Amino acid sequence: MGVLYMIKRTTLIKSNSSFSESIKSKKAFGNGYRVRRLKVSRLVLFVIMCVVALVMLVPFFWSFLTSLKTVGEVFDYPPKWIPKSIHWENYSQVWKVVPFSRYLINSTIVSGIVTILTLLTASLAAYAFARLKFRGRDFIFMLYLGTMMIPSQVTMIPNFILIKLFGWTDTYAGLILPNVFTALGVFLLRQFFMTIPKEYEDAAKIDGASRFHIYLHVILPLSIPALSTLAVFTFVFQWNNLIWPLIVVNRESMKTLTLGLASFQGMYSTNWSLLMAAAVMGIIPSFVIFVLGQKYLIKGVTLSGIKG
Amino acid sequence: MKITIRKREALSAWAFMMPSLVGFVIFVFGATIISLLISFLDWDMLTPAKFVGLGNYLKLLKSDSFYLVLRNTVFFVIGTVPMRVIFSLLLALALVKNITGRTFFRSAIFLPVAASTVAVAMIWRWIFNADFGLLNDFLYRIGISHLPQWLINPNWALVALIIFSVWKDVGFSAVLFMAGLEGIPQELYEAGDIDGASSWTKFWKITLPLLSPTTFFVVVVNVISSFQVFDQAYVLTGGGPGNATTTIVYYIYNYAFQRFKMGYASAAAWILFAIIFVVTIIQFKHQKRWVYYI
Repeated sequence: MGVLYMIKRTTLIKSNSSFSESIKSKKAFGNGYRVRRLKVSRLVLFVIMCVVALVMLVPFFWSFLTSLKTVGEVFDYPPKWIPKSIHWENYSQVWKVVPFSRYLINSTIVSGIVTILTLLTASLAAYAFARLKFRGRDFIFMLYLGTMMIPSQVTMIPNFILIKLFGWTDTYAGLILPNVFTALGVFLLRQFFMTIPKEYEDAAKIDGASRFHIYLHVILPLSIPALSTLAVFTFVFQWNNLIWPLIVVNRESMKTLTLGLASFQGMYSTNWSLLMAAAVMGIIPSFVIFVLGQKYLIKGVTLSGIKG
Repeated sequence: MKITIRKREALSAWAFMMPSLVGFVIFVFGATIISLLISFLDWDMLTPAKFVGLGNYLKLLKSDSFYLVLRNTVFFVIGTVPMRVIFSLLLALALVKNITGRTFFRSAIFLPVAASTVAVAMIWRWIFNADFGLLNDFLYRIGISHLPQWLINPNWALVALIIFSVWKDVGFSAVLFMAGLEGIPQELYEAGDIDGASSWTKFWKITLPLLSPTTFFVVVVNVISSFQVFDQAYVLTGGGPGNATTTIVYYIYNYAFQRFKMGYASAAAWILFAIIFVVTIIQFKHQKRWVYYI
């Protein structure tokens, strides 16, 4: 589905770009020799990129094809691409032996709530950092920034002890809360809020609106691009998080998708067709998020580059 | 009058800060300080903690297993970072051109970045399978007779981890490079054209120097994240064979959450922090020699 969507988009772009290219090449290069050389190098580049795309995508196709084979067919030598017969039951088999839907629900709840809480707390703090004056503001902001240098492994152990102390192992609270507070979100939003002209707020101020009203009705609506970028980024990062669920979850019913996949691999270490069926199901949600949020993900990567 | 207005502003500022600040004080600032304190203790969470001063650090620095883990991690960093930087730069150079299918190629390269490491590492574990895996079948077909025993041989296992990590995250750096390339003013290339500069000269004299702030950022980010490698080692190799692919974070995980040696593991985490800190500082100091800011 996603591939189709991409191909549709590419053909659109293609027809566009070849048009502008033909104009460009006419303008810039008068003589036919250079145009031909340009065309050849374009073709070479295209072929190279096709090989690269193949290397990037083959693992996905290969896992899908393997997931449709029988347990025995997987060990045919040399490996064959196309399964002799299609065995969708591998998927239902995975579904039967582990609570896969439970994993999906847990991952959605955990990533969703982490994202909402991150956006909420980070945007509130970012507004204070960007617009309000208070004693110690710059010092606290430097402290926040400083924490970006600390690897998460440093805080992991005390946070685990804390969660255990609260009796929050195997709970959503334990999975969610320690992952909400990251300086990157506050930093990105603060930088974005600073670029919003103060004039937008003045009208509301004259009307006697409260600061919270301005934050909610002026700043947040103007920051939707930055907020969506942070949201997609946080969601994907949380969805893929392995080590924290690994530490705080023991019960099958509280496992997230990544943890469920990892422990499934532990149980069926050489049953490749089942393992690949599980991996494919693990990738489909990421695939959907990727297609929906690719724009924001890519923007998020470049935005995080600003801090350098 | 003026004072009360300022006071009210400060008051509402603290109200805005509160949700974030409470979380940070508990889970970030507090946890950091507590982690440092724990690193001076001998504590298994069952029996009372014992203060051992720098004992954990000394024990770590004397331990052969910690050196092995350090060596593994440094090899991983040295193997991963240059390949990721070079490949992602080449990909970005190709993708900023208006080649056919550009959007598709960009998506193909970025897809593994978005996919969960656990799921794709499961796939690569199958691809790396020495007897029935796709990779060795390919190598056999192109005429290589001594096929590597990827995940079984201690040396090849680390190489497999590196190959996987380059494949997985090359798209992340490529996107950064693309943004950097798009930021280079077009006029400079036009000026180069007028002076009759070849594409080669333009690349070395215009593209690379003006891209150097991005390159610097890409290198720093990749070094930091590579030192913290864990997920792929956990799924692909389980840290084995033996301890051949046990990384620092894996070691911390093992000691803290398998053996419950909280003090020892915390000390290892602080040594990791120190290493990352020093390496990053060195890079910042060194950047004057090769990074040009306009």
